[in-house]
Amino acid sequence: MTTLVRDQEKVQPSPSPVREPRRLPSRRTILLVGAGIIWILGFLILHGTSTLTLPASELTDLHRSLNQFNAWVAANRADNPVFLYIFTPLRAVVDNVANLFITLFAASSTGLRLPEIGWFGTVGLLGWIAFAVGNARVALLTVAVFTFLGFQGLFVEATYTFALVLTAVLLTLLVGIPVGILAGVSTRVATVITPVLDFMQTLPTFVYLAPLALIFLIGPASAVIATVIYAAPPVIRLTAHGIRSIPENTREASDSLGTTGLQRLLTLQLPMARRTVVMGINQSTMAALSMVTIAALIAAPGLGQVVVRALQSLDVGTAVNAGLSIVLLAIVLDRVTTAASRRAEPGAARTGRISRRNRYIVLGVTLAVALVMVQLSRSSLWAAAFPKDFNIGPAIVQAVSSASQWMQSNLSLFTVSLRESVTTGILNPFQSLLTDTPFYILVGVIALAAYALGGWKLAAVTTACLGVIIYLGLWSDSMVTLAGTLVATVLVMVLGVVFGVAMGRSQRVDQLLRPILDAGQTMPAFVYLVPFLGLFGATRFTAIIAGIIYAAPVAIKITADGIAAISPTVLEAAISSGSTPWQVITKVQLPMARKSLALAANQGLIYVLAMVVVGALVGAGGLGYDVVAGFVQSSLFGKGLAAGLAIVFLGILLDRMTQAAAAAPLRKIAVAKSPST
Amino acid sequence: MKKAGPLLKRTIPLMAGVAAAALLLTGCGGASVNQVAAAPAGAGDAPCGSVSVAMNAWVGYTANAAVYSYVAKNQLGCTVVQKDLNEQISWQGFASGEVDVIMENWGHADLTKQYITDQQVAVDAGPTGNEGHIGWYVPPWMAEKYPDITDGKNLNKYASMFTTSESGGKGQLLDGDPAFVTNDEALVKNLNLDYKVVFSGSEAALIQSFRTAEQNKTPLLGYFYEPQWFLSQVPLKKVALPAWTEGCDADAEKVACDYPTYTLNKVMSKKFADSGSPAAKLAKGFKWTNDDQNSVATDIQGGMSPEAAAKKWVDAHEQTVKSWLS
Repeated sequence: MTTLVRDQEKVQPSPSPVREPRRLPSRRTILLVGAGIIWILGFLILHGTSTLTLPASELTDLHRSLNQFNAWVAANRADNPVFLYIFTPLRAVVDNVANLFITLFAASSTGLRLPEIGWFGTVGLLGWIAFAVGNARVALLTVAVFTFLGFQGLFVEATYTFALVLTAVLLTLLVGIPVGILAGVSTRVATVITPVLDFMQTLPTFVYLAPLALIFLIGPASAVIATVIYAAPPVIRLTAHGIRSIPENTREASDSLGTTGLQRLLTLQLPMARRTVVMGINQSTMAALSMVTIAALIAAPGLGQVVVRALQSLDVGTAVNAGLSIVLLAIVLDRVTTAASRRAEPGAARTGRISRRNRYIVLGVTLAVALVMVQLSRSSLWAAAFPKDFNIGPAIVQAVSSASQWMQSNLSLFTVSLRESVTTGILNPFQSLLTDTPFYILVGVIALAAYALGGWKLAAVTTACLGVIIYLGLWSDSMVTLAGTLVATVLVMVLGVVFGVAMGRSQRVDQLLRPILDAGQTMPAFVYLVPFLGLFGATRFTAIIAGIIYAAPVAIKITADGIAAISPTVLEAAISSGSTPWQVITKVQLPMARKSLALAANQGLIYVLAMVVVGALVGAGGLGYDVVAGFVQSSLFGKGLAAGLAIVFLGILLDRMTQAAAAAPLRKIAVAKSPST
Repeated sequence: MKKAGPLLKRTIPLMAGVAAAALLLTGCGGASVNQVAAAPAGAGDAPCGSVSVAMNAWVGYTANAAVYSYVAKNQLGCTVVQKDLNEQISWQGFASGEVDVIMENWGHADLTKQYITDQQVAVDAGPTGNEGHIGWYVPPWMAEKYPDITDGKNLNKYASMFTTSESGGKGQLLDGDPAFVTNDEALVKNLNLDYKVVFSGSEAALIQSFRTAEQNKTPLLGYFYEPQWFLSQVPLKKVALPAWTEGCDADAEKVACDYPTYTLNKVMSKKFADSGSPAAKLAKGFKWTNDDQNSVATDIQGGMSPEAAAKKWVDAHEQTVKSWLS
């Protein structure tokens, strides 16, 4: 068991001397190998001592004092100015906006609980909006999808979800785009905001769901606020990135014409960054959709409730039916925003086949049709609530249930042996290597590796992070989580490179895979947890699979975009000089997409970390379990909060180390793993 | 300017459309289906309005809530909103008005103190008539083959039998949803048992594990509870732990005794209790036996919708239901 790990130890840093046989890298290799040897020796000799284990039901004094937060909120809700002037009004505003959209599309609180606009009107109106901002194709898609949601028997749930997503995205953009612009224009703002965004993205959603529900009470308002916290970072980051990545000479050309800062922003930076900003809006919308589903845990209405119920009764059919609705919603939102951004490209209007005047006529006519549909849906019952006779939902549920039954009974031999071999062969030895080594040895080893990769500064940061984790009293649980995360991330990056290269090289593969990736990214984790729970049982393995499914799409997409962005002239030069496709990939495309690969590894890691908590619902243990237990048991509230913070610091540690490793002149994939060793 | 041109031209018709739609909506407000339909909906004897019922995640709870919802909806004309929530989160809903009633509550002394005694946002709505037991159970085949396993003192002897790849070399004690009432981790530690608690995540997963264990005759030790419909299919055997005495479980970290017998009760929000709604009266009156709950739960588990199962029970027990309402 240990020999296996030791072999890996020596193999991994070895690419370094091969590539750049200069003095500096070889010194780093020596340091890394030295760190590995110290670790192995420490594990073998001091095995099982100073492991800082804390049984799951035990608390430290810190956890007990964090528990007080709960009582504090209860005692101060009525008269504390923070509540009176900030939290309570904020809740009221968000609640009102959310309720506006809910009564418009989903259900009003009176009588039959029919919405202001019935299903027929909703379909017409949304179809028209899709046509107005996009094109006829996405309009058709919107109409088809929303009608299909009705056939699934989930129209009301879907519109609840849609209303909440709409609210959350509006608020996210209201906050996110200005902040993103600021961060793009000013380096100082960027340096302040980046760690905050890291924090927001690494903090597992469960951690802030509990305090948010305490402060803002359960219901749509907390759900929307939680969603905004989760969905804002992508749009902020990408807006800033878009503005920042405008070529220096373009900027200087503009400056030399004497533009002021504001003019530069409006005429150069924002238009040139538009594609990236829209990508950010895309990502934020997707994030909002998946978070709204999770927020079902704090009484957010909609499809999430259906999925949560299915998870609790292991009802694969219902989960998949609702999951399908969520994916379809995601596809609509994605395609419509993308089409809108295409229209916005300069010259798009001129290339259209229809002249502008005709387009207005068409728009006017279709609007009239949509309004008639809205009016119909308000005056006749068949157009208000989706007719129950056309419900094919039960058929879908039935079919999926029997398919999953078949898989569970016929594939169990295969799935069990796969799970057992991965768990006992890789995960358990690696985990015990992390948990059974004395903590001071590991801290030293990680600091040494950090020094080798990024110098004193990085070593100090990592040691500080580990120090906080020890202070939080959760060292052992953190190591369990670290083991699962690293195993999952390595697998994610393998998938990321393989599929990312395929997609980056071929437009057709890209078009084929992208919807599947969107599905993997937006389908709430709960949905695929259910079938995997059936196949693999409640184990860490299931949690790792869930993490991979969640994180791989991001890694693949970023890699693919990086590869596709390489200038075609470079590729042609390489091909014309006689390179084989394999050489083009390894010598040109991967090295040139280096930055994207680093970003992919980073994001993959963060996504896996976020998933580790959700994975705790199916037996992941470690910090994830502490967070989940803290969410549902008030006596463990403080420990859950501490565990959430520990995950953040673990995230910062891994993030900084991958970044440093990526900045070093090495092949990324090899280095991305080395902090783990 | 080049950008602003087309952008503006595209936005203007959109804005006009939205404005027109808004006008249409307000203008035709009077003719809405919503208002027209609202009138006959409140045709019952007393105004009931809307009741939010928390839905906790076990089938026994679903049975209680289904029968309550069915009666409230069909005999009192209430609008019933069911919300799937964890136990702890449900209690938080009393303050915000998101939750009106919890139909089966297992103890929760800490929450009772916080929300009923201290904050006074909730009130006890009386017992459901069910008696709850929590404990550690083994599948029947194990109790037969190893008769002394049902004594907690002998568990260490069998620990090696229960090891799995998840239990880190110790015996596995399978728990349910982390949200369920549990002292198991403290018990394992304080009774010096060579076991590790592993969470299956849900009632459904627990049941599935016990079912497979009995079918394949594989060892399994797990957390379970009564009343539970599953026990009539596979009569799991309870493992005896040191008997519960008053106050032995006061400190959650030092518990070394079995779970108490729970008198299950209902809890409702103060606002709802004071509203005089007939649904609040129904919640107070609701009372039935373990057998009643098991029969409804078995029907639900057998594939019947909760509403249909509730209807079946209510139709067969008209007298009982009548006594709740008077």
